Amino acid sequence: MSARTYRYIGTRPIRHDGLDKVTGRANYGADFTLPGLLQGVVVRSPHAHARIVSIETQAAEAVPGVKAVITGKDIPETSARLALGAEGAFDLHDIGDNLMAHGKALYEGHAVAAVAATSIDAAREAAKLVRVVYEPLEPVMSIERAIAPDAPILHADMVTKGRPLPGTTGPTNIAGRMELKRGDVDQAFAGADVVVEREFRTSTVHQGYIEPHACVARSGEDGQILVWCSTQGGFIARDFCALILGIDAARIKVIPSEIGGGFGGKIPVYLEPVAIVLSHKAGRPVKMVMSRSEVFRASGPTSGTRIRMKLGAKRDGTIVAAQASLWYEAGAYRGSPSGAGAMCCLASYAIPNFFVEAHDVVVNKPKVAAYRAPGSPMATFATESLVDEVARAIGMDPIELRLKNAVAEGDHAPYGPVYGPIGLKQVLEAARAHPHWSAPLGPSQGRGVACGFWFNAGLSSSATVTLNGDGSAGVVTGNPDIGGTRVAQAMMVAEELGIPVERVRPSVADTDTAGYTDLTGGSRVCYATGMAVIRAAQDIAEQLRSRAATIWNVDRDRVAWEPGRPGRVIALDESPDGSVRPPLTIVELASKMAQTGGPIVGRAAVNAPMAGPGFAAHICDLDVDKETGRSTVARYTAIQDVGKAVHPSFVEGQMQGGAAQGIGWALNEEYIYDADGVMENAGFLDYRMPVASDLPMIDTVLVEVANPLHPYGVRGVGEVPIVPPLAAVANAMRDATGVRFTELPLSPSRVLEGLGTIAKG
Amino acid sequence: MRIQVETTLNGEPTTFLCEAHHSLLDVLRNGLGLTGTKEGCSTGDCGACSVLMDGRLVPACLVLAPEAQDRTVITIEGIATSEALHPLQQKFLEHAALQCGVCTPGFIVAAKALLDANPNPSETETRYWLAGNLCRCTGYDKIVRAVLDAAAEMSSGKAAAR
Repeated sequence: MSARTYRYIGTRPIRHDGLDKVTGRANYGADFTLPGLLQGVVVRSPHAHARIVSIETQAAEAVPGVKAVITGKDIPETSARLALGAEGAFDLHDIGDNLMAHGKALYEGHAVAAVAATSIDAAREAAKLVRVVYEPLEPVMSIERAIAPDAPILHADMVTKGRPLPGTTGPTNIAGRMELKRGDVDQAFAGADVVVEREFRTSTVHQGYIEPHACVARSGEDGQILVWCSTQGGFIARDFCALILGIDAARIKVIPSEIGGGFGGKIPVYLEPVAIVLSHKAGRPVKMVMSRSEVFRASGPTSGTRIRMKLGAKRDGTIVAAQASLWYEAGAYRGSPSGAGAMCCLASYAIPNFFVEAHDVVVNKPKVAAYRAPGSPMATFATESLVDEVARAIGMDPIELRLKNAVAEGDHAPYGPVYGPIGLKQVLEAARAHPHWSAPLGPSQGRGVACGFWFNAGLSSSATVTLNGDGSAGVVTGNPDIGGTRVAQAMMVAEELGIPVERVRPSVADTDTAGYTDLTGGSRVCYATGMAVIRAAQDIAEQLRSRAATIWNVDRDRVAWEPGRPGRVIALDESPDGSVRPPLTIVELASKMAQTGGPIVGRAAVNAPMAGPGFAAHICDLDVDKETGRSTVARYTAIQDVGKAVHPSFVEGQMQGGAAQGIGWALNEEYIYDADGVMENAGFLDYRMPVASDLPMIDTVLVEVANPLHPYGVRGVGEVPIVPPLAAVANAMRDATGVRFTELPLSPSRVLEGLGTIAKG
Repeated sequence: MRIQVETTLNGEPTTFLCEAHHSLLDVLRNGLGLTGTKEGCSTGDCGACSVLMDGRLVPACLVLAPEAQDRTVITIEGIATSEALHPLQQKFLEHAALQCGVCTPGFIVAAKALLDANPNPSETETRYWLAGNLCRCTGYDKIVRAVLDAAAEMSSGKAAAR
């Protein structure tokens, strides 16, 4: 693998879909229309926790132009589950109840009814006239409240899954609990020279994709349903709709639009089944687009957390013990990424003794969705802050300390398997060698470093490559392209067949056209779908050997494929007259397709049960204004093992974008609720994501430790880079101020509180 | 009551009908089918709907459609000529300055307004000018580089033409 030289992999061609995106021609979720289109609007609960006593819809139905009004009664309560490989199973009952409340509104913004009308103005007017009588209940807005003995219970039938806390009986808000352990923790802590322990908190944060959720659905008289939507997976959107509504998957065609960001938040369905039901009732197509406020209140986010963690180390820097108790808010339904947090938080270090318990807790906030390396950033924030504390306590360089404990090939991951070739040590060595690490700091600046881990996913993918008569080719897959996966797939076809990238046209197809493909998520597309694309292209090469054998009238195994530019087949034997047969290029063979057996279509379907784990280290310089509490990232470097960078620009882009999101999480972003559980900052002005003037250039270092599971060595790159920034920023804050901050975000007021400038509010 | 508005849109005289409360963004996207201008927030915070009105950078979501009367409006659809992309568009492609691409039209329109006013902006000036445009994918690094590179190329092109 290492000896392979590439023609196209590792180059930086312009993406095929780029022109449409810089000219405004690309069509996203809200850009689609159909004749007779109705506009749909959702009626949402103003209460964070309330029993729905009654819903009166006649007044809304009487508004001129209104064609359909639906409530929870129109969304069936299903008990189906949708399994998705290693990513776990989705509980369709909860997703259905989240689409539209059936008995209780469980968060402010929970859908309770929906209206479709001939204009958006009419739909909004009608939505105001849907009369819902609520019996407000006490909202449960924190983990402390949720687990208190007298806490209101969100779900009367909820019991703790996994390993319940001893003595737990009856209904609870603790939806799940799990444990991970190794060795003897108590003995190891007793033998440690240094023990550091702290409690950490992170806030509820949103994925913050710029494109709100949007869809168009048309339910036909023949029962066939068309859905155009912005989703991270056409097939998962289709299957969610089919299972929730009890319809055959074959009756639903999902056309995934261009997607304006997802980060995990566009895996669930929020609008699509509602639009289908409205369309069915109205007999016309229905469009639904969320407002930004609805996106914040009723989609995403990821968990707020409370984490207590303890590390023990020897004076020489060897970490000998770790103990952690993780509490993650799930929002209104079970399913926080607390288990992933438990599995990730110690994954960077070979620690002989640990005990980690993780709890999944329901609260009256929106049901959490996946967010880039779900669960890992918060728990890693705790670990990496404490590793920094250990380094300070024993007076060791923080990179040296990490190198001393870093996992390598052959080590057991804390969640079970043995690591194959991984690049954490190489990443840390690159960090130590980077000029950033030794650059002088300004007087108000501090420097922090932190590592991060994410599993990455494999899952199922299909690909079809079609050879055209002129020697160009098309490649079709079913993964919505969020960050340049189409061009990467074209590069793989170009690499295998030896034709220029520009002559390969990559497409994302609808669910009637593409072979089954799991979602765009888990950093899996370039890896797993890429593997399907490579095999589909290799299938073409195999067919070209057969065609040449036909032309030469020789056995197929006497013909070899010779990658080159262009790719060609060569005869291994001389012709009967003793002359050397000139090779046949792919272009020549393509032109003879019709005479040699017809169309040449390469196909492949893969099921990749595992992926190559990803590791990163980030270095952050923070400039802290101690008078105002405002902190600014002065310099930032992201170093990551990327396996093999297919298109380095887009790999760098993932690292830079993940770092920026993590910086936002660390410094500014949080859901702010009032005493009644109503979100107070559901807009981009008050939910403060980083803007261009908040950030410096983000330097990147691509370390390439080949993943043996992939023919080019590719490993997922998209998620890891959001993991280190939380602690990298907080460690820089510690360095700049001398104060250890354990609660995010590091907003100016919190910094001033921590510095003792102002009293705690 | 519907209002008739006469405006110049991407160089073409254009007439449309709208309600008094409709935004320019509503009319561009839903009335005129120009969906290149994106809607990210409708509160003027994200810049996805950036357009130029009489050369001034505005979020179309905060402009009432009737205000376009007798104005010239340029949207993302009016940035390239029929022969060539604008240098900003070309540089966004070359620098891979877009991932999902939904913020890209707004960034290109905003960056054009910057370069129209300041042909040689510094990195800091560029970052502050573009602070009204949100991108969640890129961390802004490649966007800023693309804009600075486009500025350099446009300046050297002008220098060569002189």
